[in-house]
Amino acid sequence: MIREKHDLVIIGGGPAGLAAAVAAKEAGCSDIVLVERDRILGGILNQCIHDGFGLHAFKEALSGPEYADRFIKKVRELQIPVMEKTIVLDLSKDKVLRVSREGEIKEIEAKAVVLAMGCRERTRGALSIPGHRPAGVYTAGTVQNLVNLENIMPGKHVVILGSGDIGLIMARRMTLEGAKVEAVFEVLPYSSGLQRNIRQCLDDYGIPLYLSMTVVDIYGPKGRVEGVTVAKVDEKRRPIAGTERFVPCDTLLLSVGLIPENELTREAEVAIDNITQGADVDDSCMTKIPGVFACGNVLHVHDLVDFVSMEAERAGRNAARYVAGELSEDGAEIAVRPGEGVRYVVPQRIKHGDNVSLAFRVTAPSRDKVIEVRDGDRVLKTRKETRLHPAEMVWVDMGKMDISGISSLEVRVR
Amino acid sequence: MKQSFNVIIIGGGVVGNAIARELSRFQMTVAVLEKEPDVGMETSCRNSGVLHSGIHYKAGTLRAKLAVKGNSMMDKLCAELKVKIKRIGKLTTALDEDELPGIKRLMDQGTANGVPGLEVLDNAAMRKIQPGVEGIAAVWSPTSAIISPYGLTIALAENAHANGVKYFLRHKVSSITKEADGSFTVMTENGASFSAQVVVNASGLSSGIISGMAGVNEGNHGDSLKIWPCRGEYYVLDKRLDGTIKTLIYPVPGAKDAGLGIHLTPTVDGNILIGPSANYIPVETPEDYKVTAPVLEDLRREGQKLLPELKMSDFIRNFAGNRPKRTPPEEGGNGDFIIEEADGLPGFVNIVGIESPGLTSAPAIAEMVRDIAARHFDLVEKKNFVAERPGFAGHFCDLPKEEQERLVKENPEYGEIICRCEKITKKEIRDAIENPLGARSLVSIKYRARNGMGRCQAGFCTPRIVRMLRDEYGFKPDDYIFREAGSNLFTGNVREGADK
Repeated sequence: MIREKHDLVIIGGGPAGLAAAVAAKEAGCSDIVLVERDRILGGILNQCIHDGFGLHAFKEALSGPEYADRFIKKVRELQIPVMEKTIVLDLSKDKVLRVSREGEIKEIEAKAVVLAMGCRERTRGALSIPGHRPAGVYTAGTVQNLVNLENIMPGKHVVILGSGDIGLIMARRMTLEGAKVEAVFEVLPYSSGLQRNIRQCLDDYGIPLYLSMTVVDIYGPKGRVEGVTVAKVDEKRRPIAGTERFVPCDTLLLSVGLIPENELTREAEVAIDNITQGADVDDSCMTKIPGVFACGNVLHVHDLVDFVSMEAERAGRNAARYVAGELSEDGAEIAVRPGEGVRYVVPQRIKHGDNVSLAFRVTAPSRDKVIEVRDGDRVLKTRKETRLHPAEMVWVDMGKMDISGISSLEVRVR
Repeated sequence: MKQSFNVIIIGGGVVGNAIARELSRFQMTVAVLEKEPDVGMETSCRNSGVLHSGIHYKAGTLRAKLAVKGNSMMDKLCAELKVKIKRIGKLTTALDEDELPGIKRLMDQGTANGVPGLEVLDNAAMRKIQPGVEGIAAVWSPTSAIISPYGLTIALAENAHANGVKYFLRHKVSSITKEADGSFTVMTENGASFSAQVVVNASGLSSGIISGMAGVNEGNHGDSLKIWPCRGEYYVLDKRLDGTIKTLIYPVPGAKDAGLGIHLTPTVDGNILIGPSANYIPVETPEDYKVTAPVLEDLRREGQKLLPELKMSDFIRNFAGNRPKRTPPEEGGNGDFIIEEADGLPGFVNIVGIESPGLTSAPAIAEMVRDIAARHFDLVEKKNFVAERPGFAGHFCDLPKEEQERLVKENPEYGEIICRCEKITKKEIRDAIENPLGARSLVSIKYRARNGMGRCQAGFCTPRIVRMLRDEYGFKPDDYIFREAGSNLFTGNVREGADK
């Protein structure tokens, strides 16, 4: 078998992989390969033809392909080699990848690897929705792909379960293409999508959002969805008997959450965080396997691509430093833990303290709170927030940190 | 125009296809009439995929005899047809003293049925086979096995087809008439007309109805040919748990139980099934495969009891399959299989009430039907019968690395992954699309190639397969079918004239 050696292999040519490649190259890593399984770079951004990307990174509203194009151009300018239509078959813990490309399987031995494989959608099966199993039940992202890239209309009379951002965006998209979107049902007592998407995709089109409600049955014995039964749920998200209502429709769109796609990560025996479902990383985005980095939605699911790019640049830069032998593997590290009101914090560990940025999500919506970063009883940083929402990732910049005097960090909301 | 055959088989399930393949060894014309757009769409592909050893059935019954014989035929059959099979054996476990008589009963029954290799094991011996298993004693049946139920059903059909059997998919039988010359006329709902000397009713959940169409219900069995559908619901677990269970583990069943109890079944592809439940459903809707909240709840509870590390995120799918039972709800238990030429209607072969162990028994049932056919024809073996199916068993991703490398060089489409969760290649998808039966639904492709069976449940591969079907096979939105007639996947184009 052919065996190549490269300094840095980046797995995934979506926004995370692109940004990591650019940053690594700019940080001086000259031998990079970017591996992408699709025919073109850009990842899921290619099917996101709506605008709103880049508000933070470029201070303008771009479409997904436009946003991706900014990074693709840079990758071309910097002459970073790209292997499109290439699938990584496996990744070992000593950083050997087996890839399949253009009628050939080969092995690549890498000094460093950046994992940037993105995420996938939660399905009907994972939710255990009872009922028939007809055609017409789709995840929102699959429909987005079919409508925007394949010119295919999956249905005309739509019910959406879950208020995730892709679902909201598809509510608008389907409406614009002539479908009737009946309603969005959300099992939580609050929406799980961005406020701006609720406004721009539902309110502007008169599509109602029903909170604390879910789909309890799918009816379609003749092969295509004919309707769904929805019901109110109690505080434990259990359907309340007697509140059922039948909603006729031919399509059920699911927008019920994204899961980091860590199949390769697990194969390489990289330690995974139980909450984020992504790798456990330090502040350089390095996983517990030296030289293996993770960023973007494969690390934890982001709400805005701008933040993906930012995090991926950090991973790319540090991967370059690792290759150059400038990122020390030795030395102490401290744990970062979610405290009261916080679901998770990434990174899970701080080791280098160069330019620490903590990303986290809160457990419930709230107003007029204070974010606190603490080391035991010692408060290191506070910040006032007028509004916090689980759908919106929060970032706290800690700047340069000397961790020698710190035992651990806890982020909490009070 | 009437099409004439020596034998018409009604029903393209595992039994019908096994018969078709067996008869295709001989110089005769055979047709299979199947109401769905593909074979195996009902009971045959909706079960645990277990080959039973034969300990569970009363000595002297047809079920017992055919299970033991069918089981013994499977290794050769699966080798010929390139179907995945794993002989992992089964522990039927007694949890306390009260269940010991059940162990003795199964042991005696199995011995009387001629089941090879049976042993009674104590807990220590059980744990050598399956670490951590509970129980004070178990019957160990080493011939119990797992198999791909769709793999076998489809392989039988495709091999029968390769040997000259004609398949008529989407042909639902509407009438059966005995003609003066002794032949049968079989009409289908789409207006086609067939004639045959021998008609085999292998229609599973519809076998009572088809039997009635031929007028057999008034004959020797009367109303006992009625079919009572009994639903079994399942959960499919993520392959993350592959290897957790090394053998089949069943409880000792109560004598009146409709099924063998909720249990965990490893599949040949590395998933685990929880189930099946056993709930009778209305006879008017024998093919209603809905899953229900209370049963799913039961399965989840039982599953977590048996496998405490099980998480909600490990449940990747649920489904249901219906047993064509001969025993009504108030009776429970199991009736014996009926496999016979109907009294007073020579040439009409009834195969009724084939619930478990129908999958196991299929090749043995086929030989029985062959012997019945021999009363009507001289069976002359064909010289050009091909027993072997081309290709390899299982999937590209299961092959050794060197073999993968060789295949990719031979055909670059083996190097392109279409289904990321199951690592299914474009060549495998193409082979499935171009299957000999011409079945083209998304489920037909899935049952052959295994795409979409992983944890993302086709979210990733659907657009890719859609693109392939459109660009390379000229599909229009109306042509995409999910499973059965009427299960159209799409309602049209977003806008006309925008392609390309």
